[in-house]
Amino acid sequence: MSVSAIQNGTVIDHVPARNLFKVIQILGLDRIDNQITFGTNLESKKLGRKAIIKISGVFFEDEDINRIALVAPDAKLNIIKDYEVVEKKVVEVPDNIVGIAKCMNPKCITNFESVTTRFKVVSKKNVSLKCHYCEKITNQENMQII
Amino acid sequence: MKNRSLVSIDDFSTEEILRILDLTEEFEKEPTQKLLEGKVIATLFFEPSTRTRLSFESAINRLGGKIIGFSDSSSSSVSKGETLNDTIRMVDKYCDLIVMRHPIEGSARYASEISTVPVINAGDGANQHPTQTLLDLYSIRKTQGSLDNLNIFMVGDLKYGRTVHSLMMAMSRWNTTFNFIAPEELRMPDEFKIYLDNLGLKYYEHNDFTDIISRADIIYMTRVQKERFSDPIEYEKVKNVYVLRNSMLKNTKPNMRILHPLPRVNEIHQDVDINPKAYYFEQALNGVYTRQAIVCSLLGIK
Repeated sequence: MSVSAIQNGTVIDHVPARNLFKVIQILGLDRIDNQITFGTNLESKKLGRKAIIKISGVFFEDEDINRIALVAPDAKLNIIKDYEVVEKKVVEVPDNIVGIAKCMNPKCITNFESVTTRFKVVSKKNVSLKCHYCEKITNQENMQII
Repeated sequence: MKNRSLVSIDDFSTEEILRILDLTEEFEKEPTQKLLEGKVIATLFFEPSTRTRLSFESAINRLGGKIIGFSDSSSSSVSKGETLNDTIRMVDKYCDLIVMRHPIEGSARYASEISTVPVINAGDGANQHPTQTLLDLYSIRKTQGSLDNLNIFMVGDLKYGRTVHSLMMAMSRWNTTFNFIAPEELRMPDEFKIYLDNLGLKYYEHNDFTDIISRADIIYMTRVQKERFSDPIEYEKVKNVYVLRNSMLKNTKPNMRILHPLPRVNEIHQDVDINPKAYYFEQALNGVYTRQAIVCSLLGIK
């Protein structure tokens, strides 16, 4: 498959293949009119199978792009202007996570009523989230993306 | 603290906690006043809790406030399928403050974000019950003269006990030494011990406390429930170890007091009740004054 280079925009590389559509959803790429090309199940030494997304004409703010940290912690961004990579960025786990993960506590209010989940990130290395509502910890092993 | 909600004890700074305790002292001296005249307070008890509800209602009644509400969700619109969101959006129009007890964890935080009036969390499942913690702190300060440099014994179910976790977290704001006495299956969870380690506070863990009881300033008893044990034989083995009897209190410090969040079942033998070191019923009375102080603070009256 040949994917043409983009003139201006963002390339997101090193996305785990299984989480490609979650990244698309979190960034709202399914709701914009810009040209987007993506490839998935590409070979990667690091991830096994990776995905790559090229979005024309879109430049993300850090706080927006960091929202994908839970599903694509190793993602790398190339910012393209006039076919040239002008900047490279990595994803950082933010201090707070709003509306991306599900609280693992079955007795939490967020699992009963339509409440947007909110977490404080208590550990960034092995991501561990403290629910703003029930105050219970959700960690990597029991994390579900909404 | 006007117009703030009280959902978790961590919502209040140490200064604010001490201000509530000072105010509680004032209410203890003069519990009947007309401070809440013209105020309507809603007590929404989505699960029954007779003790907590009566304590709040007594506190409010003695200050001349009026109470609306329900004492369990079967008599409210929840049984018709109304969301908590809708209940709160309606009730906050009818009252000046909401006291809420709910079995779902995080429900109080959520309610406080929706409500236009302050919300007091009177227990949200296994999560928080901050007015209990404040009345415990008041009882400790009152009986010991200060919250500093105390040796607190926590006895019984330290794994699931919401009350002991909150009290431990709150007391860790002062230079407290903790002794945790629990059966193997119900020990204090690691996350709390790590918290104390990080603060550099001392704690000791024991399976029995008859030999060390003379060191205690406060003995905080909780119930060891049979249902918590995976193996009923384990329960039978330990059930009598965590029962406090009058004969055990001989060599305790003169200032030592026994606290219990109540209801008690059999973990404090009735023969302890006549000992002047038994403080649990006074502790329950302190709950009325503490709740008066909290309600008046959040309404900006005091």
